[in-house]
Amino acid sequence: MARTLINVPPKAKRGQVVEIKTLISHVMETGYRRNEIGVAIPRDIINLFVCTYNGTEIFRADLHQAIAANPFITFFTTATESGTLEFKWTDDNGQVETASAKITVE
Amino acid sequence: MTDKSYPHPTRRAVLVGAGALGVAPFLMVRRAEATPETMKAAIHRVIGESPVKKGRVTLDIPPLVENGNTIAMSVAVDSPMTEKDHVKAIHVFNEKNPQPDIISVHLGPRAGKATFSTRIRLADSQSVVAIAEMSDGSLWSDTVEVIVTIAACLEYN
Repeated sequence: MARTLINVPPKAKRGQVVEIKTLISHVMETGYRRNEIGVAIPRDIINLFVCTYNGTEIFRADLHQAIAANPFITFFTTATESGTLEFKWTDDNGQVETASAKITVE
Repeated sequence: MTDKSYPHPTRRAVLVGAGALGVAPFLMVRRAEATPETMKAAIHRVIGESPVKKGRVTLDIPPLVENGNTIAMSVAVDSPMTEKDHVKAIHVFNEKNPQPDIISVHLGPRAGKATFSTRIRLADSQSVVAIAEMSDGSLWSDTVEVIVTIAACLEYN
């Protein structure tokens, strides 16, 4: 569906609060625009973003049309254990894009 | 002084006429957009009847924006983010976009820090409201007035 870009620090100390940055390329079509012959362009936005840390959900966002194209979301989490962060974006057409990043906690 | 055959407009008639003229254009040009009332309805739908207090939330948006299509926005909530006392969700609303909702994020004690940022669209100069839902059920908010010079949603392809 789309290209993604994830930034998670590869290493962290136990208990450290780390910043996670995510970006996905998506038009985020609002459904309010018309094309050059006046036909409404159907709505197509990413409406859900979920991040899990070793299977536990740590962040979830419900997105609406007011989110700019190519949604960029940053948030924080506490580095508890080494493992994988999984990212999942779902759009109006039910298409799902995933990405993951590893983190080593010492 | 006045000619009886010519009905002179009374002060009341003039005021009523002027009022009608003044109101009519607003009724005609009203577009499909969220209004402060629809924003209130959206807030009510999401958080219910509970009272919302001002404070603890910092909504960071530049007060003057050139391009309404991408506006950096971040929300920070003052919370220790422990199991007992943390932010459950942060909701952001607007007044004048076609839809009043912007984003709802759900987090928990594992976030460590109740802060997130994203990029939003604004169709007009308006106020944006962020509401944080705490684990004890209390609600806190912050409002920012944003002036937008080039609005989003206006371009046709």
